[in-house]
Amino acid sequence: MNLWRIIKPPFWDRGEAAPGTSHHQFDYRRIWKLAVILTGGVSLLPLIVITVVNYTAMQRAIESEFQLRAVRIVSNNRRAISFFLTERKAALDFIVHDNSLEDLKNPERLANILADLGRSFGGGFVDLGVIDASGHQVNYVGPYRLEGKDYSGQEWFEQVAEYGVHVSDVFLGFRKVPHMVIAVKGGTDVDSFYVLRAALSIRPFESLLSNLELSGEGDAFLINREGVLQTPSRHYGDVLGELPLPLPKYTPQTQLMEERNAAGEELLIGYRYIEEGPFILMVVKKKKELMKPWDRVRLELIVFLLVSATVILTVILGMSTYMVRRIQVADEKRVATLHQVEYANKMASIGRLAASVAHEINNPLAVINEKAGLLQDLFKLKKQYEHDERLLGLVDSVVASVDRAGTITKRLLNFARNLEAEVEEVRIEEVIEQVLGFIGKEAELRDIDIRLEVPEDFPPFECDRGKLQQIFLNIINNAFAAVEDGGHLNIRVEKKKPDFVVAIFEDDGCGIPEEDLARIFEPFYSTKTGQGGTGLGLSITYGLVQEIGGHIQVKSQVGKGTRFKVYIPTRAVGKEERV
Amino acid sequence: MKTRVLIVDDEQEFVEALSERLSLRDYDVTTSSSGRDAAENVAQYNYDVVVLDVLMPDMDGVETLKRIKGAKPLTEVIMLTGHATVETAIEGMKLGAYDYLMKPCKDDELFDKIDKASAKKAEHEERIREAKVKEIVSSPRSVLSS
Repeated sequence: MNLWRIIKPPFWDRGEAAPGTSHHQFDYRRIWKLAVILTGGVSLLPLIVITVVNYTAMQRAIESEFQLRAVRIVSNNRRAISFFLTERKAALDFIVHDNSLEDLKNPERLANILADLGRSFGGGFVDLGVIDASGHQVNYVGPYRLEGKDYSGQEWFEQVAEYGVHVSDVFLGFRKVPHMVIAVKGGTDVDSFYVLRAALSIRPFESLLSNLELSGEGDAFLINREGVLQTPSRHYGDVLGELPLPLPKYTPQTQLMEERNAAGEELLIGYRYIEEGPFILMVVKKKKELMKPWDRVRLELIVFLLVSATVILTVILGMSTYMVRRIQVADEKRVATLHQVEYANKMASIGRLAASVAHEINNPLAVINEKAGLLQDLFKLKKQYEHDERLLGLVDSVVASVDRAGTITKRLLNFARNLEAEVEEVRIEEVIEQVLGFIGKEAELRDIDIRLEVPEDFPPFECDRGKLQQIFLNIINNAFAAVEDGGHLNIRVEKKKPDFVVAIFEDDGCGIPEEDLARIFEPFYSTKTGQGGTGLGLSITYGLVQEIGGHIQVKSQVGKGTRFKVYIPTRAVGKEERV
Repeated sequence: MKTRVLIVDDEQEFVEALSERLSLRDYDVTTSSSGRDAAENVAQYNYDVVVLDVLMPDMDGVETLKRIKGAKPLTEVIMLTGHATVETAIEGMKLGAYDYLMKPCKDDELFDKIDKASAKKAEHEERIREAKVKEIVSSPRSVLSS
């Protein structure tokens, strides 16, 4: 996973079974995971909860706002329509009761009434007719020739006869123009009643509903109780068309319902049954359009959540990695120090052991030496053995072996000795050049390229010249043993830290295997076994470096070479400080 | 005249072998196995060179050296060290020892050092004699008073 590769902390792949793991106190992965999960959980969880709560609350608020608005529009317009109908019914009622049948039969009078109605109520009244109890239209004023029409037996006429008033659906009728009719009964007798019938244009409804400013591609229209459109709609067909939506159930209040149109879009429908006529007022809005502002808010919320979660996660990952890395570095430093102390202790014990062994061996060696010497003397003095080459050879080899053993014990003592440093001001390049002077011959013979880099004007410092020489000599000797003929040795001197000078010896020799690297400073550890090495060179070097208060580091790659770094303090360490 | 050598070491075998070898080489050898014994010997007899082991059980080398030098300042002392006692050896040399050798030492080196020490002592004594002769020549009375 690529993302993981980016956020993976650098210590993740540190081998778990690395040597010396027991020294490490912490499981970095665990700490890191714990830190990330805990801080992440604690900071992200509330954020997510808050956002979700906010999300639903806002969604609900916006939804209910639209619902309220739809309800308000429906009830407002219902009131207007009801009022319109009631007003016209009342006007007709007044006319019927104010005028006798005789008056109404007079065409002039009726024409006057129609004109007055038109003046008082504005548009709407198209014509007026008077129908007697038998259903014959006895008088008519209006743009259509409808005198003498027989309405008997028609449903509306019977309703008027029975209930005294009738408000019709919108229909085409004889005149082929969508209109509606309000009829009011006059007269009191069952047989001598008459009916005033007025045709109303649907234009006032149309203009009322079509002028509504409706959000969400809204549509407001009237239908009758069979679901036939009574006014033109914007999206659901023209007048007298069948409404392609289910008929809402009757309730006495304004009601909301949710439906889907033919295209499957969610609709919010507000409706109200109008008691004054056979109408249902409907306001239809598309939910998708309504919720558009919500979409923006929602997007903002989600973007906010994602951005803040990303920022929080990034910070947490970064912080955790940084902190755990710091812990790791501190831990590693601690382990390194521990290791160094352990190593120093070990070397000290080895030193003490070496010294006592050397001493115990030196005395018997001295005895052997003298006895063998005496033997030699006796052989030389007495004629009997003077020419016995074999015996003389044996004794010689005893003496030589004692000499060899003595050399070893002396070196051991050298490693372990604890002499007061003889401090003087030294120039390090001088010391190195002197050392190179001792062994320059070998380098020349073997064609080894030695390069010495010391910065110009490298300041002199206080140190034990003799020890420094021996340290450098041992390391350079070691390098010579490692490189092939024609190899390279680079010597650099740098100023490190305020109080230390580093001498770096880099060769391109055979290198030291990692498993040996830990032991090279121990006495008698030699790779030159059988080639005259005693295995004491580096251990003596180690002891010497300790004595001058410095330390030594080695890095090596098999086949590539070895680098020794000798840290030399520029202020000489007194003996009492060292103990 | 044979060079008179006193060998002081607690290692009996070492002392025996070394004294025999020195005798073979025509030295006049005496041995002591302890510092105390050596100090008494030196007080009683005259030796040219003392070969002194620095580390001995009863009296340590430096103490013995002080006694020897106190009794016979002209007697030269060569110190033998077996341990990390180079410091002791150096201290000894500051106190007037002629030289020191690390055990086990090469025989030739030892013999050479004994000879040189003896020569030095001889030369030293020679100069003292010369000085005495001059003194006698310039003021014969002083010989009597000394």
